[in-house]
Amino acid sequence: MAENKTILRISGLTKKYGDVTALEGIDLDIREGEVTVILGPSGCGKSTLLRCMNGLEKIAQGQIEFDGRVITAEGTKWPEIRQKIGMVFQSYELFPHMTILENILLGPLKVQKRERAEAQQQAETLLDRVGLLHRKDSYPRELSGGQKQRVAIVRALCMRPQLMLFDEVTAALDPEMVREVLDVMLELAKQGMTMAIVTHEMEFARAVADRIIFIDEGKITEISTPEEFFTHPKTERAQRFLNIFHFETDDFRKEV
Amino acid sequence: MDFEFIARHAGQFVQAAGLTLNLAFWGILLSLLIGLMCSLLIYFRVRVFSRVAKIYIELSRNTPLLIQLFFLFYGLPKIGVMISAQACAVIGLSFLGGSYMAESFRSGFEAVGKTQLEAGMSIGLTRRQLTRYIILPQAFSVSIPSLTANAIFLLKETSIFSAIALADLMFVAKDLIGMYYKTFEALSMLVASYLIILLPLSILLRWVERRVRYAEFGHTSAV
Repeated sequence: MAENKTILRISGLTKKYGDVTALEGIDLDIREGEVTVILGPSGCGKSTLLRCMNGLEKIAQGQIEFDGRVITAEGTKWPEIRQKIGMVFQSYELFPHMTILENILLGPLKVQKRERAEAQQQAETLLDRVGLLHRKDSYPRELSGGQKQRVAIVRALCMRPQLMLFDEVTAALDPEMVREVLDVMLELAKQGMTMAIVTHEMEFARAVADRIIFIDEGKITEISTPEEFFTHPKTERAQRFLNIFHFETDDFRKEV
Repeated sequence: MDFEFIARHAGQFVQAAGLTLNLAFWGILLSLLIGLMCSLLIYFRVRVFSRVAKIYIELSRNTPLLIQLFFLFYGLPKIGVMISAQACAVIGLSFLGGSYMAESFRSGFEAVGKTQLEAGMSIGLTRRQLTRYIILPQAFSVSIPSLTANAIFLLKETSIFSAIALADLMFVAKDLIGMYYKTFEALSMLVASYLIILLPLSILLRWVERRVRYAEFGHTSAV
């Protein structure tokens, strides 16, 4: 990938919960059009890192620059920043009291004050692209998990974000629904969307990532291309992490 | 049972019912407003004011309405504050009801998940927008059953108003008993009056309750 403009720059970030240090000395650049996949054992702080990027978590030290602006300073207008950073959650978090279309249009209409006709057209185009246009007047509870998550992605996309954050978005899904969500993300990546993804889907990570970030015990221990990372991980911890997944595959092969 | 007596005095009960309903309406409306305001102050931990709201709630819930009314109607004039009986009734009822409504709203607010708020924040909603579009609608549909229960409770509490010389239903009944010794007839009419008011209201509110919850969480239609 060519050296694009850096959209998000994290320097010296430290995050603490009380006395516990969740993240320490994190330096990370995310460039435009790049897909960064963050891997690591559970509890290593990868979700926390993602949540720091749009201010859902307050950081203790360091700074984050977004689009050339320091966004971790006092008095940052987070609602303004968050319009440009989409986020998709593990548990979908659609608003249960609104229809699918209302869910998607809330931000564009109320936050961005866009024209309804124009916003709705974009919403419908996006819904169509994820194959859910016919459900636009349904309520979230009428949808399957995979459908809800695709709507959640559309809701974030309809804000025309410069960066999309995905926080273990397939972890709550039934296996057969994982694929439909990952396909949408692959498609997005192909279109050049800038994405930061936390996931446990290794095959997907390998397919979608421009860069793999490995986090262990709150520190970035490795930044590699997917090829490097999955074939020759630099650290012993990453090796062990990958072995867990390989073991399952080998075990399976022996049985068949 | 003296039906002729009942027929002759029914008009008085209708009139008294009007007064009761009028006072209850304003009392319940103000209770809702006070309750909503207090619960918002507490939910958002607004400095100083949330403290005041909490103190008010304790004060209100731990004193009987009768005592509150006596204080307003007989106590305050002694320090020169004169309030009409009707105003005392409405103030007393909303002072009592406000705290009950606040607790109902609060349970609704607490039912709105933290992650729902995060989802709202992530699309750039300000705190005000978050409150209006996410928190209130969700909280309201959770609170509705206990809000309506409170409304019925407050309506029943109005039977105390006769204690500050308001010509409400209870007052008329006592009056008739005093004048004609028709205790059974007068009390029967009193019971009937409250039932005629409350039964349809209960049924109506239950219907509203179902409607609201039905719409809020988007059940598929029954077809």
